[in-house]
Amino acid sequence: MTDVKTPSKLEKILAAGHLAVTSECGPPRGSDPEVITKKAEMIKDHVDAINITDNQTSVTRMCSLASCIHLKQMGLEPVLQMVTRDRNRIALQSDILGAASFDIYNILCLSGDHQSFGDCPQGQNVHDIDSMQLIQTVRHMRDEGKFLGGDDIKRPPQMFVGAAANPFADPFEIRVPRLAKKIAAGVEFIQTQCIYNLDKFEKWMELARDRGLHEKVYILAGLTPLKSAGMAKYMKNRVPGMDVPDDVVKRMADTPKEKQSEEGIKICIESILRLKEVQGVAGFHIMAIEWEEKVPGIVEETGLYPRPTLE
Amino acid sequence: MIVADKKPIEEIIEYLKGKQNILILGCNECVTVCEAGGKKEVGVLASALRMYFQNQGEDVKIDEVTLERQCDHEYLEEIRDRVDQYDAVVSLACGVGVQFMAEKYHSTHIYPGVNTCFLGATEERGLWTERCQACGQCILATTGGICPVSRCAKRLLNGPCGGSTTGKCEVKKGDEEIDCGWQLIVDRLQALDRLDEYETLCPVKDWSTDRAGGPRKVIREDLKQ
Ligand code: SF4
Ligand code: SF4
Repeated sequence: MTDVKTPSKLEKILAAGHLAVTSECGPPRGSDPEVITKKAEMIKDHVDAINITDNQTSVTRMCSLASCIHLKQMGLEPVLQMVTRDRNRIALQSDILGAASFDIYNILCLSGDHQSFGDCPQGQNVHDIDSMQLIQTVRHMRDEGKFLGGDDIKRPPQMFVGAAANPFADPFEIRVPRLAKKIAAGVEFIQTQCIYNLDKFEKWMELARDRGLHEKVYILAGLTPLKSAGMAKYMKNRVPGMDVPDDVVKRMADTPKEKQSEEGIKICIESILRLKEVQGVAGFHIMAIEWEEKVPGIVEETGLYPRPTLE
Repeated sequence: MIVADKKPIEEIIEYLKGKQNILILGCNECVTVCEAGGKKEVGVLASALRMYFQNQGEDVKIDEVTLERQCDHEYLEEIRDRVDQYDAVVSLACGVGVQFMAEKYHSTHIYPGVNTCFLGATEERGLWTERCQACGQCILATTGGICPVSRCAKRLLNGPCGGSTTGKCEVKKGDEEIDCGWQLIVDRLQALDRLDEYETLCPVKDWSTDRAGGPRKVIREDLKQ
């Protein structure tokens, strides 16, 4: 896994054997670029790359590509998230080229939440291709220098290709085969769903290691600090595919209200410290939703600061 | 079969404002099975409309006919000599039947009396569920006989997505949970001892045979005269 195939800083850091740190910023529901640049400003010295979500939970927002360009203009390293829900293969390939024209070097291929969760539940969904096929598409465009339709691309995109993995979704028996399938499709890095059930995550990693998958893909463990007991319960009961064990909910609920956010950060830090020891974990993806200011502290407390600099 | 559901009567009344001679036209095929547009439903709708117009003090004549099929020239011919006496026909056939009527009989207004919903099956009386979206290139051979195009809310060909939880889809219909199509596929592959096939990537699909390609045709030269 050590040859570097793209100019991506994230790829270089991972290839050099460092534990990578990424985080994410959600674009605003409006056109003010400062929302993005301010969030990025808070975390930029503590992470290697910043994901920009693509209309997450199907709520219409400023587009991921434009937000990535704002980051790029700040000299930062964006990860363009792209869902297959809203665009067909023409639009997806076109946006990939648009991103490549701004030298955006990382992409995260997703299918996206169903539109019924968002502000346009009456809208169509596209799903012309799925996330697995989007991985294949980007690799095809990059490695073969060709469009899906077969024609040559002048100046092909140079993108380090990522995808999400949810070790907690059902059916559990295909969680690892599904990772293998994404690797076969050409994925190079994985950012996982938020991990609260560490035992289950470690089991998943063990099964992945049994098949040698940790040597074929960089796995970044996903973490979201809990702000309150209410959030823990909401995540447990309302967010599909999320696994928040009872003891975590209890720990938050047993903490006095004004101390809960602190406790949430503590849990996050403890989780990272434990997961740092898990073989095959190549880094961390810290998704502090509308709580970006907490990221630097988490990174520092877990010994992941300072971030490596590249020659 | 094609599954349809009754339209609200208020909507049908809206179409029929000012009409004097109305034919309610049922179909003896799919819409009879799903109890939306067969002889029985024709009778029920006709009575309800008669009552409505009577209460309004309007003299409206409402006839009832149910054809063997409305998607077939032969059966539609049966009403040729009487269709002109009506100023409105409410067809309780699926959208195909309604359109075939409209194409054949130009001078009479044809209104749909049902909402055509999907290609599905009767699970039990009063419960019909979708099974196929007529994508034109069936891939059931690779998915254990369960269709991801119609049974996955994102028609993922390499599912499931991360939202699949305890066998249920992340999408709910009101409070109703729906099965995750990919859980069904995985269960089925497992039961057939074919789970290793799950790892075979399903390539990008050719959707030109689907709705995306425009109105479709099946031509069978061997059957044409
Ligand atoms: S794959 Fe296509 S033709 Fe086959 S059942 Fe599904 S939608 Fe129908
Ligand atoms: S939960 Fe299952 S059926 Fe629903 S969208 Fe995801 S894969 Fe498809």
